[in-house]
Amino acid sequence: MSEIRLQIDGKEVTASEGMTVLEAAQSAGIYIPTLCHHEKLEPFGGCRLCIVEVEVGSWKKLVVSCVYLAEENLKVRTRSEKIDRIRKILVEMLLAHAPESPQLQDLAVEYGADRDRFEKEASFCIHCGLCVRYCAEVKKKNAVGFVDRGIRKEIGFIPEIALKECNNCKECFPLCPTSYLQAAFVLTESLASGGPTGGQTFEKV
Amino acid sequence: MKRLNSPEELEKFRQDIISKRAPDKPCITLCSGSACQATGSRDVAARIEEEIKKQGLSDKVDIRKTGCHGFCEQGPIIVIHPEGICYFRIKPGDVPGIISQTIKEKKVIEHLLYIDPVTKKKIVHESEIPFYKNQERLVFGSNGSIDPRSIDDYLAIGGYSALGKIFSGMTPEKVLEEVKKSNLRGRGGGGFPAGKKWEGSRSAPDDTKYVIVNADEGDPGAYMDRSLLEGNPHSVLEGLTIGAYAIGSHEGYIYVRQEYPLAVENITLAIKQAEAYGFLGENILGSGFDFNVIVHQGAGAFVSGESTALMTALEGRVGEPRPKYIRSNVKGLWNKPTVLNNVETWANVPLIIDKGADWFTQFGTEGSKGTKIFSLVGKITNTGLVEVPMGITLKDIIYKIGGGIPGGKKFKAVQTGGPSGGCIPEELLDLEVDFDQLTKAGSMMGSGGMIVMDEDTCMVDVARYFIHFLTDESCGKCLPCREGLRQMDKILTNITEGKGKEGDIELLEELSETIIAASLCALGQSAPNPFLSTLRYFRDEYEAHIKDKRCPALSCNELISYYIDPDKCRACMICLKKCPVDAIDGGKKKIHIIDQEKCTNCGTCLEVCPSRFSAVKKISGEPVPAAVPEEKRIIEKGTASPA
Repeated sequence: MSEIRLQIDGKEVTASEGMTVLEAAQSAGIYIPTLCHHEKLEPFGGCRLCIVEVEVGSWKKLVVSCVYLAEENLKVRTRSEKIDRIRKILVEMLLAHAPESPQLQDLAVEYGADRDRFEKEASFCIHCGLCVRYCAEVKKKNAVGFVDRGIRKEIGFIPEIALKECNNCKECFPLCPTSYLQAAFVLTESLASGGPTGGQTFEKV
Repeated sequence: MKRLNSPEELEKFRQDIISKRAPDKPCITLCSGSACQATGSRDVAARIEEEIKKQGLSDKVDIRKTGCHGFCEQGPIIVIHPEGICYFRIKPGDVPGIISQTIKEKKVIEHLLYIDPVTKKKIVHESEIPFYKNQERLVFGSNGSIDPRSIDDYLAIGGYSALGKIFSGMTPEKVLEEVKKSNLRGRGGGGFPAGKKWEGSRSAPDDTKYVIVNADEGDPGAYMDRSLLEGNPHSVLEGLTIGAYAIGSHEGYIYVRQEYPLAVENITLAIKQAEAYGFLGENILGSGFDFNVIVHQGAGAFVSGESTALMTALEGRVGEPRPKYIRSNVKGLWNKPTVLNNVETWANVPLIIDKGADWFTQFGTEGSKGTKIFSLVGKITNTGLVEVPMGITLKDIIYKIGGGIPGGKKFKAVQTGGPSGGCIPEELLDLEVDFDQLTKAGSMMGSGGMIVMDEDTCMVDVARYFIHFLTDESCGKCLPCREGLRQMDKILTNITEGKGKEGDIELLEELSETIIAASLCALGQSAPNPFLSTLRYFRDEYEAHIKDKRCPALSCNELISYYIDPDKCRACMICLKKCPVDAIDGGKKKIHIIDQEKCTNCGTCLEVCPSRFSAVKKISGEPVPAAVPEEKRIIEKGTASPA
């Protein structure tokens, strides 16, 4: 595999072919914020926090570093006024859903995000998709998936699979940046196994 | 049907078809596109067939059920050839007269003729009607003269001659060269040069390549691709096959909305017919080139019209876009080089190959060649599909072809480019319509939607409507689009409901910046356009809503009130009786008053108040005048209106 040399924040970085800008930065110890990225998973490009500025020739553009491949002689800036402004508002929008998430709170400090800028709609899930993708790509079980589209999108456990697979796994639990995943699982479990709500929704597996 | 094994056999077969057709034989063409079917063209068709038999003309008259003619609000449309006499808004009851008088006696039936709304003159021939006369119908024109279910009709008008031409010695490189020379740009939204896209796929190293027809038309009010696929499916297939040959693809897909049943039916039939004639399948026209086409029905998500989302959906997964940093003409469907163009783009290809790039480039502007089909809707006299050369002014489209604004109202803006397009104001009506000019004006070509708005339209509400549509259709994969649009929708809704705050405009601008810069696909990247373009040209309307709680167009329900002018009210009781919520107090000879607490602003009172009184007023941004005291509400004898 051939080597690629690029510049990130003025620092010379060496990457191998096929590496993304984010991976190249991480390998050189340069921090770029992420929420939906996980090294065991295919790049997703959902949260857009890892947006950076690249300069190809004399052309500057904003790209999302977790899906943008490193190129020879690429010049990357991981922060600028505009990048910080974008990250700030992205974090503010997520804080409306999950105000108590420690990861979001750290990001809020870094980018000066106001947690009360947008009206609270505490739904907790921030749609990073880590649980869904981890279960599908690493565990190959598909016990949890996305339901519906856009602003109505939610994660949901598929009871028939979840009750067989999840109790001995739960590897997705620590991936969740909010507390929503566990809650969704407990709900599924109680509905499906005749818990407090009566268990009428799903048959017991 | 026989299989044709060479371009020569094709030409001979075409001559056979033409020689069997008598050009002077009367032929009734009846529009049978979806729009005309909705206004009853099926019943008319049945009646024509019945009546022709009844009047003993079975061998003497041809009937042709064609695709959409474009003038949809006048449907069902009949054109009688060879004279070209056209009748509009035909009902089954009109049919016997048409057969006995126009067909048998060659007499024109006056009351079925089109009346020009401007000159009030009756017009006999389709070609003289301003709506048609001022168009340049290169791609769409054949729709009205062929039966889309007859491949022989298509052959009779020269169809598949471009296919014959490429297999008479044109190399794929030559085909590609011609398309590049034509500077054909994608008609689906982005306007990317088709030749360049094709070239990228052709030179990509992979052996397996795909071509796709994007027929997932989803813009509200737009239906040009539907009409082409329904009305002239073979032109799309011919273009697709030529594209496949040029890039070296042997498999093509037509991704069409399942909400377009007639388009699905007609294109599926067209594929079968083309296969039988040897225009598709193995060894096309004896050339050794193989190409197969599969129809895929989409489940109806707006975002699936985005090229990468469409490909993801074709692969059998949820239709969500993927990053495009490596273009899909290099890594597309199943990671193979894939050329995706929309229906109209593909339908242009046979014309370019058949008549040459030099012919094609005589139409249009420097940067945008050829024609574009627009779906002209909204507050416009002539609603329908119009095909015009690039570079025509908005004014010509709206006034010469569209016949202007109905009801004596004033033009306010035209929204182009679909939901994520922009609104163009009156001062830019002289703008020459092409890809670059529309973008410069803060809108875009998109797939060709054109919604005309008059003075009664609130521009803030228009922005709210489109942002709401896009919020609803966002796939939710990326955060700026999903959450950013949700916030924009909320703020805009608040403004139209009189709950706007100082700083809202700035916040909307900040959200727009992030959504444009950080969204994954073109849906998000262009979604703030409806807001940005209305802010650019109609900022005063935003400020009136926020600062004065006033809707200048008197349209936003929460910001208007209805009020009865006591000096004009003649206590006629009409509004009082018609009010659906009993909000009007009054009686005979007792001036009516609207109870503002009960009133739901439905506007019925304004509509029913006789114009000679015009007592009901719609107001915004000012308090409703205090009600007249009880003692002054009685209309004395002699003061009542003589009417």
